[in-house]
Amino acid sequence: MVQAESSSLEPVAKRVYSYYPGCSLHASAKEFDVSAKLVCQKLGIELRELEDWICCGASAAHSTSHLLSLALPAHTLKQAGEKGLPLAVPCAMCFSRLRITLHELKKKETLDLVSRTLEKELSTDVTVESMLDVLANESISLPVTKPLERLKVACYYGCLLARPPEVIGCDDAENPQTMDRLMGRLGAEVADWGLKTSCCGAGVSFPRLDIVLKLSHRILSLARSTGADCIAVACPMCHANLDMYQKDMTAKHKEKTNLPVLYFTQLMGLALGFSPKELHLDRHLTDPLPMLREKGLA
Amino acid sequence: MSRIGVFVCHCGTNIGGVVDVPKVVEAAKQMPLVVFADENKYTCSELGQASIRNAIDEHRLDRVVVAACSPRMHENTFRRTVAAAGLNPYLLEIANIREHCSWVHSDHDEATVKAIDHVQMAVAKVARHEALFPKTIGLTKRALVIGGGVTGIQAALDIAATGHEVVLVEREPSVGGRMAQLDKTFPTLDCSACILTPKMVDVAQHPNITLLSYSEVKEVRGFVGNFEVDILKKAKMVDHSKCTGCGTCWQKCPGKVSSEFDLGLGQRTAIYIPFAQAVPNKPVIDLENCRYQTFLKWDESQGGKKPPECRICEKICPTKSIDWEQQDEIVTEKFGAIVVATGFKTFDHSVYGEYGGGRYPDVISSLQLERLMSAAGPTEGEVVRPSDGAHVKNVVFVQCVGSRDDRVGRPYCSKVCCMYTAKHAIMLKEHDPDVQCYVFYIDVRAGGKDFEEFARRAQDESGAIYLRGRVSHIYQDGKNLKVLGEDSLIGRPVEIEADLVVLATGMEASDNADTLAQTLNISYTIYNFLIEAHPKLRPVETQTDGVFVAGSAVGPRDIPECVAHGSAAAVKAVALLSQDSLKSDPLTSIVDPMKCVGCFACKVVCPFNAIEEQVTRDKRTVSSINENLCKGCGLCVVACRPGAINLRGFTSQQLLSEVLTLVRE
Amino acid sequence: MLKSTAIILGPVNDFLSSVQSHTGQSITACYQCGKCTAGCPSAYAMDITPRQIMRAIQLGLKDEVLDSSAIWLCLSCETCSLRCPREIDIARVMEAMRHLSLSEGRRPAQKDVVTLYNSFLQQVRLFGRVYDLGFGVAYNMRSGHPFSNVTRLPGLFARRKLKLAPDRTKGASEVRRIAARAKELERMRT
Repeated sequence: MVQAESSSLEPVAKRVYSYYPGCSLHASAKEFDVSAKLVCQKLGIELRELEDWICCGASAAHSTSHLLSLALPAHTLKQAGEKGLPLAVPCAMCFSRLRITLHELKKKETLDLVSRTLEKELSTDVTVESMLDVLANESISLPVTKPLERLKVACYYGCLLARPPEVIGCDDAENPQTMDRLMGRLGAEVADWGLKTSCCGAGVSFPRLDIVLKLSHRILSLARSTGADCIAVACPMCHANLDMYQKDMTAKHKEKTNLPVLYFTQLMGLALGFSPKELHLDRHLTDPLPMLREKGLA
Repeated sequence: MSRIGVFVCHCGTNIGGVVDVPKVVEAAKQMPLVVFADENKYTCSELGQASIRNAIDEHRLDRVVVAACSPRMHENTFRRTVAAAGLNPYLLEIANIREHCSWVHSDHDEATVKAIDHVQMAVAKVARHEALFPKTIGLTKRALVIGGGVTGIQAALDIAATGHEVVLVEREPSVGGRMAQLDKTFPTLDCSACILTPKMVDVAQHPNITLLSYSEVKEVRGFVGNFEVDILKKAKMVDHSKCTGCGTCWQKCPGKVSSEFDLGLGQRTAIYIPFAQAVPNKPVIDLENCRYQTFLKWDESQGGKKPPECRICEKICPTKSIDWEQQDEIVTEKFGAIVVATGFKTFDHSVYGEYGGGRYPDVISSLQLERLMSAAGPTEGEVVRPSDGAHVKNVVFVQCVGSRDDRVGRPYCSKVCCMYTAKHAIMLKEHDPDVQCYVFYIDVRAGGKDFEEFARRAQDESGAIYLRGRVSHIYQDGKNLKVLGEDSLIGRPVEIEADLVVLATGMEASDNADTLAQTLNISYTIYNFLIEAHPKLRPVETQTDGVFVAGSAVGPRDIPECVAHGSAAAVKAVALLSQDSLKSDPLTSIVDPMKCVGCFACKVVCPFNAIEEQVTRDKRTVSSINENLCKGCGLCVVACRPGAINLRGFTSQQLLSEVLTLVRE
Repeated sequence: MLKSTAIILGPVNDFLSSVQSHTGQSITACYQCGKCTAGCPSAYAMDITPRQIMRAIQLGLKDEVLDSSAIWLCLSCETCSLRCPREIDIARVMEAMRHLSLSEGRRPAQKDVVTLYNSFLQQVRLFGRVYDLGFGVAYNMRSGHPFSNVTRLPGLFARRKLKLAPDRTKGASEVRRIAARAKELERMRT
């Protein structure tokens, strides 16, 4: 391959990934995209965004057409396969759809059907990694300049990074540790709590806000009760639900709900010395800056 | 010329419903040497057996074929039948047309053809049968009981009562097993220790019982009536012949560790007896946690301060019983019968991540609750939370933890949890009338004398609220625990805030049950429960003669069942030991010394050490079979290159004639 | 399940066998312990619980299942499948029931949920990616709640959460082609 020749000039240890941001990271979750890219750059991880990538179909495709829910991610898998690089995916929803599709395509019958849908020959010879797994790799050393001391973080994984564990590759679907260990390496204290993988209600957010409010409030209050200063997430849907509706919860429960919700990459960015502005920390509806200032991190 | 009779069985519709029996009879009549053939509805019935005896008489039969069920089922029955009519019992052959034919086929015509083939083969084989005669062997009139729980205790006491010597081997420092850990027993609420302790003491005092505590069975050789067993006696570091059990040592020992007997809820010392009523009431030293051992192992390269030498027990012992020189020791003993009563352990609930995976201190197992409720337990009977010592008010019980769950590899029902949970709900209410118990169950299984009434009592009198549904999630919320379940009777999710959650953990085979079973050459299930010779009709026998099984080592059982099975195994062992001699099975291998070249390939493959070396008159070393040890497995026959070995009852000639009769067609 | 007649059971249960073969899940293995419902985050809002869905399939009560709100309130969080003691992938069954309900042209018991999905997929077909603002407007119009979430807009704009123009990709035509093909192949299979 031509690429191989040019890459021989690069340092051997350099990690190169194809990058699939997904729709959210180009819109409402821009801060996830920005912070992930900054952190990767700092750690010597090169991300090459796939050109003209398309949506994974998310729960809309999954809930309405089995075939479509496999065909859309399969298109992305095909693109990634042609690049010959592992694919890094920050959004938990996209990651879940891609991994599940990859898993389903291992059945010959499904592979044939989806190939016919795309009118392309598909293979399952692709590696898909979540951005969390890419960055939590303990062989990557973290040049921490501003340790997250005094900060207690409740790591929230949600559904999509935990279940089904054998497909997703989760270490423990009831009490995962990947993000917890990563936060620990950045100097933060982590909360041991029991709703790390409980659902926030993402799938029905517009039509049944009542469900989202109930589930998300339960998660926020438990995290708060453990003494956590913030929640770390790796999913734009979880982020939206936990961050956006805290005012509604305050009104409903007559008790102030105010717990910042940050992407784990933003917390990494802070520890690696990036400024709150660079990390777009001003984009959250529940403002984390007062808390971060109080902790001496902003 | 032989005169062969063939008897084809309908076995009700088991065979007759698939195989055309009259057609098989007609075909049999045409076979060479067959002079008589008939059918029976049930050949094993008295009527059926009489028809065989009459036919032998009337038609002067000298060989018999019974086409019926597996020889495992009724070969012995029919051997006795033909013997009663004056034939040698080994001039019989069984054609298995049930398990090997009617049960596994649905096409009637093809099944009938196959049944005829089976009969034809049996006829060809039996024509070459010879009369065989069992030999007489002696036996050792002593029994070994493995496991000192209530089952083993009962078996040992019952065998000893008949005047036979018993050696009782127990792995732990004391007998008593799981029952000793219980507070009360269902459904009578007898105090467990009060009814068990006298039996434990009886074991220690009985003149016919030798108790080997802190010991394990390592190796078993020999055969029924003549077992030779290697028993490992672990070093106790205390000379029990001098020790009086005064207790000075364990009161003063500074080495504190978590107590196994109290399941981590209390502490014990490094020199210890597991519990106050322990039998023997003399301590052992746990070398891993003994300070003197730490002192001995310390070397300067480790850095830090040299630990104190300690040896306090040695200094204060009034009888000078501490013996630092003691070593593990293997003793070899002879027995005629062995009773295996290795019991169970409770399921380890830490695999249930959704219940906290063992990380919430106030989510405990039922056996831990027994220790909390016991007056002799770590809290002297006060039921308090392990986390903060607070008295409990809202207690949630979760049934079927490690039972009826394919996901954790335990699809079976553990049988006792429904009842012990009802007991817990009743007892907690008695301890404190302000306690409210909630019990999440799937089905309340209360089949047993007074069981249903007892389970009702938990609800009617003790006010426990029973909720039909399996709990999905337990998590710590502040000081309390949130329990998420469903009331499936009303069809809505339920949330309970509990200060204590008790998981009704199921029963599983004790550690290394599989290794012991292999040592004893008996079968075990994929869950390591031991397999009885027949689940209904031979519940305490095994496929290995002279080895009996009892109690919860076989499967989940409650105390009365364990005691009954302990007694049953004892009776079977005594019936064996009461005989003056045993008859050996004549279906063993035999070596033709003229053909044997002395390669001893047979010796390598024999699993029973039955091959011996013998020098012939012309000074050749050849192999010879010890017929007492030979089980007739036939491995040596296959291994023998010159074809010098034959298996009586399955000789090469007999098997070949079976094959030839089919091939000749 | 408030119904006016007794359940009439016949000897043949086509619904059960078709669900089992379609999903590859053994529905008969369910012994109704309710662990699925106990851990289901949205069960409290459902008309019948996931456990009852499984029971209704066992008894062949197709309408109860396909017309339930439960299949649309399922969040696909897969907690039920993870913890089921009979190892049934219940979430997979719920998903298949949604597809079956749609393919039979039934009126969904939670029509806004379906509107949400359709509005989302419409954006994907148009632009190849989801355009949040367009998606929100489309949902509000089609669901008949034109002012839903409108009060949140100033806050979202202030924090640059919403873009004024869609992210366009050349992949859009590819999406349209795939969607059409998938629809055609699925129709052929049923």
